[in-house]
Amino acid sequence: MDLKDYKQIASQIRVDIVKAVHKAGSGHPGGSLSAADILTALYFKEMNIDPKNPNMEGRDKFVLSKGHAGPVQYAALAERGYFPVEDMMSLRKLGSNFQGHPNRDKVAGIEMSTGSLGQGVSVSVGMALANKLDKNEGRVYTLLGDGELQEGLVWEAAMAAGHYALDNLCIIVDWNGLQIDGNNEDVITVTPIDEKFKSFGFNVVVIDGHNFDEIFSAFDEARNCKGKPTAIIAKTHKGCGVSFMEDQAGWHGKAPKEDEAMKAVSELGGEW
Amino acid sequence: MTDIKEKMATRQAYGQALVEIGKENPNLVVMDADLSKSTMTADFGKAYPDRFFNMGIAEQNLYGTACGLALSGKVVCASTFAMFAAGRAFEIIRNSIGYTHANVKVCATHAGITVGEDGASHQTFEDIALMRTIPGMTVVNPSDGASAKALLKQVIDMNGPAYVRLGRAAVPTFYDEEAVKNVKLGKGNLVREGQDVTVIATGIMVNEAMMAAEELKATGIDVRVIDIHTIKPLDEEIIIKAATETGLVVTAEEHSVIGGLGSAVAEVLSQNLPVKMAMVGQKDTFGESGKPEELKEKYGMTARDICKAVKGLLGK
Repeated sequence: MDLKDYKQIASQIRVDIVKAVHKAGSGHPGGSLSAADILTALYFKEMNIDPKNPNMEGRDKFVLSKGHAGPVQYAALAERGYFPVEDMMSLRKLGSNFQGHPNRDKVAGIEMSTGSLGQGVSVSVGMALANKLDKNEGRVYTLLGDGELQEGLVWEAAMAAGHYALDNLCIIVDWNGLQIDGNNEDVITVTPIDEKFKSFGFNVVVIDGHNFDEIFSAFDEARNCKGKPTAIIAKTHKGCGVSFMEDQAGWHGKAPKEDEAMKAVSELGGEW
Repeated sequence: MTDIKEKMATRQAYGQALVEIGKENPNLVVMDADLSKSTMTADFGKAYPDRFFNMGIAEQNLYGTACGLALSGKVVCASTFAMFAAGRAFEIIRNSIGYTHANVKVCATHAGITVGEDGASHQTFEDIALMRTIPGMTVVNPSDGASAKALLKQVIDMNGPAYVRLGRAAVPTFYDEEAVKNVKLGKGNLVREGQDVTVIATGIMVNEAMMAAEELKATGIDVRVIDIHTIKPLDEEIIIKAATETGLVVTAEEHSVIGGLGSAVAEVLSQNLPVKMAMVGQKDTFGESGKPEELKEKYGMTARDICKAVKGLLGK
């Protein structure tokens, strides 16, 4: 696959997100769209996984600590072949396996049920510790929101990851700068993110989270870094790919209406 | 039952049992939050350093990481004081451990008033109430060292989350080798026959109930005593049978009367066989510093308080 292919997959994932959230009538499009390129890189290149054998021994694991971005994980799993894309169109409906926030009992490929912020990264630290204990080569990846960094548990987990030198753990921060109530810096300042993680014993890489070359090379660096966990601080745009959603806090947790969804899908080059 | 030979804190039994179980079960991982010498997990740490993780004073992360290890195939006993486990880390235990049915045993020590001198900030009376509201959570409160060991083994053999409540203070060991065989997870244990009133007790209050029963015998009152070491799932059968046969029920726990054993028993009886009940436990108030025995007396959790409750129900 070349860069064009990855971009196309990311666009398709964005289309799936928009359609699913529109059909659900509620959900979190903004932070799902901002993470689409990162999840494309993880599920289509970086991670050692097998959609036909989701519980493969020694696999890499991904935990969506920012669980409200469930649609991007569902879409990435669907496009990767874990289940048909149509399945996720029942998102948030009564009886659906596609819960508002991911549930590991219900959907193949979901490693951890998340939704309450800060907990996914803490559980990831435990998974990385277990792999060390078992001399299991599998790596653990976790995506956090930038607003999520306001949770104290994130830093308890980071301190432990540094202490136990978990070089099999890679944290990615989806740094889109916005949270429900507005700019991070207006709500509670989270910066400097890179310095914070460095001081907790992390190898830190700051990248453009929509540039595949930079994403791939950051994952290479994380994999090759020994004795330290890595934090990839990915600068992103909330709502990326849909002009009227980009960098708008208002699209954090709002579903597009039909005309809006059609416009979004058309901008993304998808079919309605 | 036997004549009481020795005293032992349930946390001490826990520490010993971990080392024993760790020997035969290489899958057992033990974690702590900077209290390993108090929770008694330190001995396991010494015996099996590779399988022991100190997470520092960070209880939320203690239970989050315990969940990650459990979802990776380990059985995890993660310990701190009850206040910081059931209290501080409640939502992590609920959302990460409970929601995923992770094989984590929340082994919380220093529960209840017998923490003593540390005072109200450390005296947990809410943990049973909090833990039993989590779907699928097994809740265990052993009454002495011998049953604590027996129950811990059964809790580790069972797959899924459990809360094990342990105490700081040394308490009389009254289960002997033979009697402890009747201590079965999920089953109430009839420890004394009686026909007039049933005292349903849990944890260290079982011993108080036995003393109360002995005292009441002298006044001609025949008291049945049941050890409810497993508060969830609750042995409804033994409770309904006792209510049917004795007609009056007193509950006794070293925990708030709001939401604990008393409430659990009332939930069963009110829907099956309403009988007159009295609840012995911490009233709706915080504790304070003092010696465990002084505090038990001041806050109404002794054999004498059980006697009073029994007599009250009998109108004597």
